[in-house]
Parts: sequence; C-alpha cells; structure tokens
Amino acid sequence: MARQLLRNMGKWLDQRSGFSDYVVPLLTHIVPRDARWWYVFGSATLTAFFVQVVTGICLAMTYVPGGDEAYESLMYITNTAPLGSIVRGMHYYGASAMVMLAVIHMLQVYLHATYKYPRELNWMSGVVVLFVVLGMAFTGQLLRWDANGVWSVAVAAEMAGRAPIVGPWIAEFIMGGTTVGGSTLTRFFAIHVFVLPGLIFAGVGLHLLLLFRHGVSEMPNPDQPVDPETYKEEYEKRLKKSGVPFWPNAMWRDVVFSTVIVGVILACAVFIGPPALDHPPNPSSIEANPMPDWYFWWYFAVLSLLPASLETWVILGAPVVGFLVLFLLPLISNRGHRAPSKRPWAIGIVIASFTGILVLTIYGYHEPWSPDFGVKPLTKEVVGTDSGPIARGAALVHSKGCLYCHDIDGHGGHRGPELSDIGQQLTREDMIIRINNGGYNMPAFAGSVTAKELTDIVDFLQTRRDDDSIPPKRTTQSP
Amino acid sequence: MNHDSAETPAECPDEEVSRRSFYAKVSVALSVAIGAMMVVPGLGFILAPVFRKPPRKWRTVGKLDQFKVGSTSLVNFEDATTVPWAGVTAKTGAWLRRVDDSTFIAFSINCRHLGCPVRWVNDAELFMCPCHGGVYYKDGTVAGGPPPKPLKRLAVRVRNQDVQIETGPVPLTTTKV
Repeated sequence: MARQLLRNMGKWLDQRSGFSDYVVPLLTHIVPRDARWWYVFGSATLTAFFVQVVTGICLAMTYVPGGDEAYESLMYITNTAPLGSIVRGMHYYGASAMVMLAVIHMLQVYLHATYKYPRELNWMSGVVVLFVVLGMAFTGQLLRWDANGVWSVAVAAEMAGRAPIVGPWIAEFIMGGTTVGGSTLTRFFAIHVFVLPGLIFAGVGLHLLLLFRHGVSEMPNPDQPVDPETYKEEYEKRLKKSGVPFWPNAMWRDVVFSTVIVGVILACAVFIGPPALDHPPNPSSIEANPMPDWYFWWYFAVLSLLPASLETWVILGAPVVGFLVLFLLPLISNRGHRAPSKRPWAIGIVIASFTGILVLTIYGYHEPWSPDFGVKPLTKEVVGTDSGPIARGAALVHSKGCLYCHDIDGHGGHRGPELSDIGQQLTREDMIIRINNGGYNMPAFAGSVTAKELTDIVDFLQTRRDDDSIPPKRTTQSP
Repeated sequence: MNHDSAETPAECPDEEVSRRSFYAKVSVALSVAIGAMMVVPGLGFILAPVFRKPPRKWRTVGKLDQFKVGSTSLVNFEDATTVPWAGVTAKTGAWLRRVDDSTFIAFSINCRHLGCPVRWVNDAELFMCPCHGGVYYKDGTVAGGPPPKPLKRLAVRVRNQDVQIETGPVPLTTTKV
C-alpha cells in the first residue's frame, strides 16, 4: 500500500518535472569506453567547487565583512566556534584543490587536444571559468582581512593603477575610494560571495551543456586525426559500436576520485588546520609583508625578478596575453592530431611550463629579493671574537641593516651578494668605496656611517674569508 | 485556437507580419529599459567612489615636543574618507621626520614600487621595503631597488604646538601615455 503510494507519487513527480525526459538521458548518455581515470579531474574540480559553496555558506553565517569585525569573526570561527576551524580549513584547502584540479584538468585537455573540433567552446568556457576561479582564490585571500589581506589590496590597487589612463580609476574602484578602508572589504566580499560564484555557476553550466552537446571525447588515437568534415559521423559510429552509458559505467570513477579529494580536503582541515591569521588589519601598521597564497607565488616571483623597464608591461600584459593565448587556442588549431605522441611541442610546452612554475613557486616561497628584517646579530662563533674593532664592525653590520640583504655564513638576507668570503674578493679600498658610494641596488652609506664605524665595518669584512689564511691585520688606514 | 504558430511568416498577411515585428521591437526595447533601470542606479552606486573627489583634512598626530630634532617616527591618523563601520581600517600611517626646530617632513608609508609599507632602519637612516627590497634615504629619495619614485610627501604643519598632517589618497605610481 505504502509502496504503491510512493510509486504513484514518484510517477507524478517525474511526469510533472520531466526528470526521466531530461535528466535521465543526460546521466545515461553514451560515452567512449576508454574514458577512464584520465577524465576524472573535471568532475573533481566541480566537487571541490561544491565544497567551497557549502563551506562558504557556513562561513558567511558567522563572518562579518566589517573593518574590525571581519578579523574578530574569523578569530571566533577559528578558535571558538564548534567545528569552525574545520569548516574554515575545508574552505581553504578546497580552494587549493579547486585551483590545482582546474589546472590539471586543463593540462589533460591540452595534452589530449580535446579542445579541437567540435569542442572549441568547451575549452573556451573552461578557460573563462579557470580565470574566475583564480579571481575567487585572490579575493578569498583578502577576506581574511588580516595585515596580509589589507596590504595585498594595496598592492593590487598599485598594480591596477599602472594601467594607462584608466589605472587610477580601476585602483579606486578596487579600494572603494582613494584609500584602503571600510568600503574595501565589503566590495571584495560582494565580489567573492555573489559575483564570481554566479559567474562560475553560469560558466560551469555552459561547460556541461557543451559537454552533453558534443559528447565526451575519446582517448587520443594517433590513427584518428581530427577532420571536421568527418569527425562527428565517425565519432557517433564508434560510440554506437563500443560506447557505454555514463551512469554508472563511467561515472563511478568520478565518484571514487571525488570521494578521495573531499577526504583529503577534510583530512587537511582536521590535521593541519586553516592557515594562521596574520597581524590584525591596521593600514597604519608597518608590520606586514604582503604575500599571496601559494598558487600565486610563481607570479609573485616573476614580478619580483623582472627588470624595472619590463615590470609595468608584464604586470598589465601577462594576465591579458595569458588569457587570450589560452582562450583563442582552439581557433588557432582545431584539426589534426590529438595524440601527444604526434604533438611533441605540446608535451614540451607542458613540461617547460610546469618546471618553470615549480621553480618560480619555490623561489616565490623563499622570496630572496626581500630583506630579512628578522635576522639576529652575528654570534661570537661567527665573528671569531667578542671585543675590539672586528666585533664592533660585526655589530654595525647588523645595526646598519647590512645583514638584511647580505648573508654572512648563513646569517642574513639574500637580496645582495653573500659576504662570507668578501675579504678575499674586495680590497680594503674597494670596500670603502662600495660602502660609501653604494652600488647596484645598494644605498650609499657615506651620510650615515662615521669614519670610525666605516673602519670597524671594513675591519670585520676583511676577516670574512673561506680559506685558512690569516685574516689581514687591521691597518691604520682611515677611510 | 492559436493558429499564429502554424503560419510561417511568409504566409502571414503583411499586417500580421508588421504587428509581430512591432511586438518584437517593443519587447526588446522594454527589456533594455528594464535592464537599464535595474543596472544604472547600481552602477552609479558602486562607481561613485571613483568619481568622488576625496576631501582632505588636517589630522593632529602629536605635540611638537614629542618629536626630537633629527628623529623619524611612525605616526597614525584617521583617513578623511572613512565610513562608520571602518573600525581600525580607517587609520593610515606616515613617517614623520623632524628636520629642525620648525621643519617637518611627512612621508606616506607606501613604497612607490607596489605600495607595501616601508620600515625605518634608524641606525642606517634608511627606509626599507619588505616586499621587493626598495630602499630610500632619509629624505625619501630612492637609494636602491625597484621604486621608480621617491616616497610621497604629505603636507605637514604645526598649529598651536600640534603637529598636523594633511590626509591624502594612497600614492599610486601611474603610467603616463
């Protein structure tokens, strides 16, 4: 009786909603038999997006997008609210997963040349969604609204301000005025929570619609180059012969992989926890060293390593050119071989890009171009003595800020050349000239060190040698 | 009853075709009008800060005798364009250098490279930026690194023993065309 009632209700619902007519054919559409584990990254990206939506809604119920309150509410979410740390952690690691999976999905599609006829628009919509995802990642980092978040907005506004003519307007639009303040955070909150997710939903919807329209591509076959004249007919023929329904024959792999991804996100949130918040957001505080989240470190490194003459062009041009190259790729090449074995340049581009981004990411993490303000004074063991002019010189090398940029025996920054064996490389006279006049990227200290201080510093630097020879004795020569 | 859909435009009388065309044009025009009515006020609302001329106000940052001759101090004050919910983000900072008894120089704390907050290294008499190693001398001129311009100077004055700084926008390094 009850079963019959339920069956009738289901039938009624199905008839009125059209589930069997519209949704079931989508779920059971025929896909190539060989679409195996290579094809799980797209659905996993979507799953990571769902994680972001769910955890984002939960966070938004407590997060307050106000000048002081944002930081306080995040502290509450992280340290006090039941399960708050896990939810915030899932949102953070979900963002990382989404960026990584979207990039891996794009690499797989590029390597298999799935962007070729007739799936050009699938690729183009995917590229738009990828850039929106990166926008989500950036705006999400700012919503932490700690010192790093506040100063990252300032950096973003400065970068936008470089655009010719409209730069200052864009910068003021970003800040919600002429300074970073109360109107800035609310602006980013609206973009992160409403605008960009809306675009992602629309983009993913189009992406899926196109997926069903053109079908899941087969694994590339060196004997089957894409010819737009015959491709569709041959694809349908092969599909009819050997295809399998997407649900459940192919989809189970997507479900398994997505389960692993969500499991990893949850495990990271539980065992590692969300990223620690920086100092409170105070635009008048100088205790900040704005740094993006890890997925932008490579770009951070690029901007830091560029010569000044190229900087503005790369800041403004690289994202635009990068987008256009990716977006227009299928319009440049939409026929011919799909198999990586027939496209060595594609493999080369992927390997070179991956290696470059990996190296730059590591470089961005170490940020050797930044002065090390936290460096401690040199110890007696490093200096070799704790009294006399050499010890005084070593103390001055710290207090005058030399160690912020120069490394001596493992102590100090890496912005300038290492000074561990400077005693062998420069003569006393050369050192005096260099310290007084400065050099490439090095300020002149003539106005801020006395003659005696300079003598002590040079005495100390003369002892920095990596051979066993006796350090030169202090001379009476004055600078 | 509804036989319109059964007729192709070619079979319709001219009067019917022009009516359809009229309906289509009216619908499109009204849709544009609906869109404009929805979007224009909102666009004006979110773009207003871009076109609003920021007010400038003098803010007291301390008493004259708080600042020793030759010293460089970090001071903070409230922005002119603050909103009630800004909290601590209404604040901004400046480096204030007392050159002699009557002369002060105030610098924005934003590095002219990419806007990071510069620090004052007292013994070296240098401003240094933590982000990309921009260095400035005590007068704000560039000493090294990537900054294309000296530190932005803010107007400063002394009134009734109060040292006051004039608020200003974040100094943007723009590209001239």
